[in-house]
Amino acid sequence: MSFQVSKVNDVTLIEVEGQLIVGNRQELKQGVLDKLENGDLKFVIDFANTGYIDSSGLGVLVSLSKKIREQGGELRLSSLNEDLRTLFELTKLDTLFRIADQKDQALEGF
Amino acid sequence: MDGDLVLEIPTDIKSITAAVDYVMSRCVSCEVQARRLNLNFRVGLTEALTNAMMYGNGADPSKNVVIELVMGEGQLQATVRDQGVGFDPTSVPDPTLPENISRPCGRGLFLMRELLDEVWYNDQGNEVTLVLRLESGGAFEGSASA
Repeated sequence: MSFQVSKVNDVTLIEVEGQLIVGNRQELKQGVLDKLENGDLKFVIDFANTGYIDSSGLGVLVSLSKKIREQGGELRLSSLNEDLRTLFELTKLDTLFRIADQKDQALEGF
Repeated sequence: MDGDLVLEIPTDIKSITAAVDYVMSRCVSCEVQARRLNLNFRVGLTEALTNAMMYGNGADPSKNVVIELVMGEGQLQATVRDQGVGFDPTSVPDPTLPENISRPCGRGLFLMRELLDEVWYNDQGNEVTLVLRLESGGAFEGSASA
């Protein structure tokens, strides 16, 4: 798994490539937390190039969302494929996150 | 344990993907709806392996996990056994409840139960068996209980 970080206006866009799973979730978590610590408050994590997220990966997203909200910010997700959408719906995490079909939609309206 | 495939791997979370890929490659001849196999079974097996390594074996690399795959008539069955002391699967709370939804953990077992047709543990709680039936209808039927 790797991820690219960029800034779109005042939104931090993180584009994940590869699976987000137990063996690599900490990398993403730390990467986002570093940005949060630097004052970034608006985040979009895009999964256009992610085929799978395991329960540990889901947990990291939940944890990040909570920490970002505690700082007054927001985390949105985008570009979940059909399988990922299913996992979010089964676990009801689609009620916890604002999820957009495409990253451009997620970047709008912060 | 007797079965079509028996695989013993060390506790190494970085090997989970490769192990699941190998098991899945042995299933290609099964007449299972592709999506149920590639999503339901793959996710269930991955979660079972993760739980066995992280919680059952405590991430101890000196401990192993045994996977047994049985491709029976009308169903696919995988058993995952760790070398831990076991746990009570009924003690894991429902992660979809409002009071639990913001918790970072507890979704692995839930997904196994939701995606597989049957999930059961041995009495000790260190061995889980997952069953995917070939004749089940829609893509995400499951709702097994352990």
